[in-house]
Amino acid sequence: MQDVKAESSWRPVALKVARGIRRRVLEHTISNNGGYLSQACSSAEILATLYTRVMNLGPSEAPLVPPPFPGVPALNNPHSFTGAGYNGPKGPQWDRFFFSPVHYALVLYSLLIEVGRLGEDGLGQFNKDGSTVELIGAEHSPGHEVTAGSLAQCISQAGGVALARRIRREPGKVWVFLSDGEFQEGQTWEAINALRYHGLDNVGIYVDANGQQCDGKMEEVGLIEPLSERLRAFGAVVREVPGHDLDALANAGLEPWTGGPLVVVARTNPCNGLDLLDERAPKLHYVRFKSTEETDRYRKALDELKKGGE
Amino acid sequence: METVSRIHASNLVAFAKDKPAVLVLSADLTSSCEADLFRDTFPDRFYTMGMAEQNMMGFAGGLAREGFEPYLHTFAVFLTRRVFDQVAMSVAYPNLPVRMVGFLPGLTTPGGVTHQAIDDVALMRVLPNMTILESGDATDVESVLDVAHAIPGPVYIRQLRGLLPRLFPKNEPMAFNHARILSQGDDVALLTSGITTQYAMEAVTRLQAGGVSVSHLHVSTLKPFTDPQVLEVLKSARHGVVTVENHSIIGGLGSAVAEVMAENGVGTRLRRLGIQDVYAHGASREYLLAEYGLDTSAIEGAVFELLGRGEELERRSDSKVRAVVEDKNRVEDL
Repeated sequence: MQDVKAESSWRPVALKVARGIRRRVLEHTISNNGGYLSQACSSAEILATLYTRVMNLGPSEAPLVPPPFPGVPALNNPHSFTGAGYNGPKGPQWDRFFFSPVHYALVLYSLLIEVGRLGEDGLGQFNKDGSTVELIGAEHSPGHEVTAGSLAQCISQAGGVALARRIRREPGKVWVFLSDGEFQEGQTWEAINALRYHGLDNVGIYVDANGQQCDGKMEEVGLIEPLSERLRAFGAVVREVPGHDLDALANAGLEPWTGGPLVVVARTNPCNGLDLLDERAPKLHYVRFKSTEETDRYRKALDELKKGGE
Repeated sequence: METVSRIHASNLVAFAKDKPAVLVLSADLTSSCEADLFRDTFPDRFYTMGMAEQNMMGFAGGLAREGFEPYLHTFAVFLTRRVFDQVAMSVAYPNLPVRMVGFLPGLTTPGGVTHQAIDDVALMRVLPNMTILESGDATDVESVLDVAHAIPGPVYIRQLRGLLPRLFPKNEPMAFNHARILSQGDDVALLTSGITTQYAMEAVTRLQAGGVSVSHLHVSTLKPFTDPQVLEVLKSARHGVVTVENHSIIGGLGSAVAEVMAENGVGTRLRRLGIQDVYAHGASREYLLAEYGLDTSAIEGAVFELLGRGEELERRSDSKVRAVVEDKNRVEDL
């Protein structure tokens, strides 16, 4: 794996990773006639920046080909595991990554392939019976560490890990990737409150503020705005950035902060890099093509993406 | 009978003294759950999480993943019903050693429907990986933490607070998945849990004086429910089985016993005393136990009914006992 962390080399790498995420997710959506496509378009730069610049992760400890499902955690099952090994070893100095909106799993898998933590054919097992590369990621899925699909539970679990790390005086940080819809859940606010109350400034949270949720545009489903002001009122350190701007995303996480959690509100476009998708607005949560004509148009867009990436 | 006060408070401190991984998390009911002495003794291991149980459950899961052993303190209703999905996904699914210490089980509080945990055992029983323990006296309260500590997964403890009777010898601690045999006999098997055991013991004394032979088991492990002693007494009961629980008759001890009986073909009658699929309300414990048919008289009545000796009850003036015999739906009539 190349050294993607070096100051001089990260931008082109991040750009390539972000493009690769979009390309792979689009490719997969076409070949399976379904996928969480808008999430790839909105979050590609955030995740690419986290993995190539912001987070201090060691090399992957997990196999390039994801192991099959080992069974659920239980007293009589010593074989269960989490997918955290893809994010490198655990150790006082290393950062940890917690992935909350696990319906973005395809996006994370694509990213892991792009950064060399998962093999090229890692998606071959996506959504296949008996595989850990599940449609909605769980803790055994590559890159995942907790079972977060019931939204807003990940941030609290990450908070517990952060508290444990502070008790042990570990310098490593805890990074959480959240979707903006999770701010409709009360638990998210409970967690922000607790992180601030306990002064857990080893927690950095990136929010993919794409303004979309299952039923459509967020502002037509449930109110979370003004998000940054609300978070500041809760005592978080808030940095609002354009969510496809690599430098802005990186600086927001690299600039030190104290006193409580950092929340980077990344304003994103759910159709970024794939203008065609905008036709389907406001229903962008899960894309399934309605006709072969539509599929063909997305195939053409995929060809364009492939050209652009070269 | 000896009574002792605030056993959990002092026991928690003694228990945690040589266990640095033990943390206590509290949701704004620290004194009410007797965690105040721990807070004052080990301030570095005590974390106040505010009135935010969902988040507390997630923090506990995260801490447990990192090798800590969090003991969550709040009322049973808030540890189970209010945060059911968080318990399931953040703690039970990953099989983490989080200890949920829930206070005010069933009718032990005058706080009414909002504070009375009548469905907590049922809720926790359906969660894979969960172990359920229930204290019935001071000795149980003193030893339940040791039992929980030895379990490599999540544990829900139905815990008692305040002034408690000591029913069992101090030197006979609670044992995991092993009921206490309080009396032996073959007319009727009586299985009780939590505070109901105290009333059942009184009932047994009176029944024995009347020539009734009763096997009485105090059950403190409600899940798993595989204690071989249980099946043994169920099989030996000639006239039937009575369960008594400070909980809904659906999903708790009575249901667990019914499942064991059915699975093993124990073909005798079962009477489940407990809260008969209704909500309760705020009143004193003694009043509620009588109203919902959980007191000594109700237990005696259920045994007599199985024995077909209802006429003996008729001679007594205790109307509540008669009610048990005459009307199985007595709760609605009272």
